[in-house]
Amino acid sequence: MTAGPVTPVPPVTLERDRPVTPAELSRRADWIRLNTVQLIEQAGLGHYASTFSCAEIIATLYYHTLRLRPDDPVWPDRDRFLLGKGHVATGLWPVLADLGYFPADWLAQFGRIGSPLNDHPNMRLAPGIDFSSGSLGHNLSVGVGMALAGRLSGRDYRVFVLTGDGELQEGQIWEAAMAGSHYRLGGLIAIVDANGFSGSGPTSAAMNIEPLAQRFAAFGWLTSEIDGNDTEALLRIFDGLPDPGSEQPVCVIARTRKGHGAALFEQAPQSWHLGLLSAEQQAEVVAEITARMQ
Amino acid sequence: MTDLAHGAESGPGMVDVFTDTEIETAVSANPAGYAIAALADADPRVLTLSADLSSPLAEFRERHPSRYIELGIAETNSVSVAAGLAASGFVPYIFSMSPFGVLKCAEQLRTDVAYNHLPVRLVGRLSGLAMGFFGTSHHAVEDIAVARSITNMTVVAPADASAVVSLMRSTAGLDGPVYLRIPERPPAVYRAAPGFGYGAWLRLRSGADVSLIGHGLGVGLAVGAAAALAARGIESDVYDAAYLKPFDEAALVQTAARTGRVVTVEEHSEIGGLASIVAEVAGRRGLTVALGAVALPDADLEVGIPADLYEYYGLTVTGVVTAALELARPAGN
Repeated sequence: MTAGPVTPVPPVTLERDRPVTPAELSRRADWIRLNTVQLIEQAGLGHYASTFSCAEIIATLYYHTLRLRPDDPVWPDRDRFLLGKGHVATGLWPVLADLGYFPADWLAQFGRIGSPLNDHPNMRLAPGIDFSSGSLGHNLSVGVGMALAGRLSGRDYRVFVLTGDGELQEGQIWEAAMAGSHYRLGGLIAIVDANGFSGSGPTSAAMNIEPLAQRFAAFGWLTSEIDGNDTEALLRIFDGLPDPGSEQPVCVIARTRKGHGAALFEQAPQSWHLGLLSAEQQAEVVAEITARMQ
Repeated sequence: MTDLAHGAESGPGMVDVFTDTEIETAVSANPAGYAIAALADADPRVLTLSADLSSPLAEFRERHPSRYIELGIAETNSVSVAAGLAASGFVPYIFSMSPFGVLKCAEQLRTDVAYNHLPVRLVGRLSGLAMGFFGTSHHAVEDIAVARSITNMTVVAPADASAVVSLMRSTAGLDGPVYLRIPERPPAVYRAAPGFGYGAWLRLRSGADVSLIGHGLGVGLAVGAAAALAARGIESDVYDAAYLKPFDEAALVQTAARTGRVVTVEEHSEIGGLASIVAEVAGRRGLTVALGAVALPDADLEVGIPADLYEYYGLTVTGVVTAALELARPAGN
């Protein structure tokens, strides 16, 4: 036991655009998938296919794009990330643990009463969650508020909001889209995980949301469309984001595949929106991903 | 005992609450607008958001133009935007029409604001039957029922302009969300801003025969009814129950024990408001008390100017007196 004052360790800032290769990010996305499978097995139920579709997006943001301080989760200048499609938090928990937001052994509590890590994220319970989500259609509005707050307080953080494509059927999204361009929030970035499916079937069969790029453009957003499972494309688009002080919000329509990275899910994405793999199925999915990671 | 203005008069007639010039100058017509401008002078975190209800904010906009955010006719977006601002260190006050601000946004208030313990304040103008002339779409008579069922919400319904100013000041520092239900030009109850402790009612008159408990417009009616009842030899215990949540159970238990008869008075549905809360507490605590309620019925409401509607539904001093006498009348007579 040593006496005396403890020297405070200054928080480490993970700067924007940290060096990483597309291959490393693809591997990280598969690591997210493996962890997701494991967490869902532990909890007994979960959203496989929706998490798999956006694994590359989450990997690219957290391991390259976002400016973060994991040991100071409420640092006012951090970039914000809002998980509009809150049902894929299972894919976020291993990332936040890996970056040091909370001890890795918290993952073992996932799915149990009292766990700070819920199936949908709760900002009051889990460090690193900038806002709670679960009810679709809210977080783009919350992002507008955070971007306005950034401007009012003279900070240059960006606010990223990841939405589902089914989520765009919610009317409030378009209220937020109007407000985002009305207030010229260049630091606001909506990423649409356009995997083509909502809970009960193909998104646009339930209610057509296309043409998405034209719709966001008509609402005044700077819009681009990319392959959202291609880490090279994601790096290119995020590296080219306009300055947060610019005057047009950005919408990245990430065309993804629901269940991407596991043939079982890709073949029947709707069946694997919510479910639990059998032991045999899980072995098959894990083997497929692991083989790719070798 | 709190210093009261003269007894409550009859309710207001049709009031043009949208007239800017008058609202800018008359604190009595726009106490919330006056109070928010003063709060913003003192606290740089205070912002206002408007869902197409900027008229009451004329003074605020003049003094703090950069801290006023108009969001158009989009109440749900306004609430979630406010949540984002509050999560970033600001204290946003949303000015909205009560029927739309609460009912349309119940889920945003719950999920984005209240679950996250964020200091968003919803200032509900034009509550109750203030827009009664415009149609049942514009009635706000279920707002307290909805707001008070949301965990972490503080719900207050001031009785008059002085109480609005007082309660806006005294709730300004709360860490969690607040719904302020603003009455439109009710007769003055207080001569000066009354002092409320958090969650505490104000006792306005003591008596041992019947308890009259109101919020909003109902407080003035209770005060007026108490005077009329006193002339008949009936002494009333009168309370301003401005706090609907947290609810002053101790005050209710005390007055119920004192009088054994409680009449609630409110410009709200008989379901879910003060009448319901009193009945819930009385039942849960096993109080021996007879209950009466002056409230709006669970029925398709009529449409008309507020004064006519108050008369029609007995939201008047006479209505409260009648309810008190009904309660006092021995069974079988």
